[in-house]
Amino acid sequence: MAAKIKYDAVKAGDAIPTVTIDHVSRPDFVRYAGASGDFVPLHYDQTFVEAAGIPTVFAQGMWTAGCLSRCLTDYAGAGQVRRFKVRFARQVWPGDTLTCRGKVTGKSEKHGEKLVEGELEVVNQKGETTVKGNFAVAAA
Amino acid sequence: MPIDKSIIGKTGKPFTMPIEWSKVREFARAIRDLNPVYFDPELAKKECGGIPVPPTFLQVAAFWMGEDSTPTANFDLRRILHGEQDFEFLKPIFVGDVLTGTSRIADVYEKEGGRGGKMTFMVTEIEYKNQKGEVVAYARGTLVETGQAVGG
Repeated sequence: MAAKIKYDAVKAGDAIPTVTIDHVSRPDFVRYAGASGDFVPLHYDQTFVEAAGIPTVFAQGMWTAGCLSRCLTDYAGAGQVRRFKVRFARQVWPGDTLTCRGKVTGKSEKHGEKLVEGELEVVNQKGETTVKGNFAVAAA
Repeated sequence: MPIDKSIIGKTGKPFTMPIEWSKVREFARAIRDLNPVYFDPELAKKECGGIPVPPTFLQVAAFWMGEDSTPTANFDLRRILHGEQDFEFLKPIFVGDVLTGTSRIADVYEKEGGRGGKMTFMVTEIEYKNQKGEVVAYARGTLVETGQAVGG
């Protein structure tokens, strides 16, 4: 696929498109469990989590990471992501609203390909960071 | 329980992961990504050369990995956190590809945590090759076993 971003036009500090995830809910976690095969019961089994001393089920980290990855595919095009690394900082709970955003930090060339690099984060409605990340995407 | 460093380097039995359109579009919908390239094969062919996969799709390997493909530590399910996940893509992956994944324990270590007490970390790396034998991706995951329940 033709890369959507032009290497020469990109500079450090550029923001990448924000993705908003409104009203996180239990069906998101159940749908993701089915789609991904992640059946860790912490994410859908209320009885299990209460027995473990946790108030409610919470999102699979990889669900939130998947939502965050949309920033990159929206920005650079599907199939253009070369590196996507996430660190999970805080749980995402039912009822949360998430803002997925990022910015460019640098550019480089690797294996003859022009890459744009940057950092990412997911913040909840209280401004708390739930996921932090880094990326590299291919540019034209 | 003391950590068992001897599991570092342990490799699982290679597993097969067919990249199927039904799973790809189900996955895209689950992460609320309605990008038409996941849903319209003709458009995807024109724009991408095939139906691509979302960047985190390889996580679906959980479906295809049997126990003998998954070298692991004996972690307590109630105390597990997924700490980090890192995907590196070297070649395109399209619907119709058949990948072979091999999982390896890259590292195991302990750290003193905050509220969670002592934490044990396990880093697993899965190498994916396509049907042509080319390495297409690496997926590195860090699992953390905390000293107490994770959500409190």
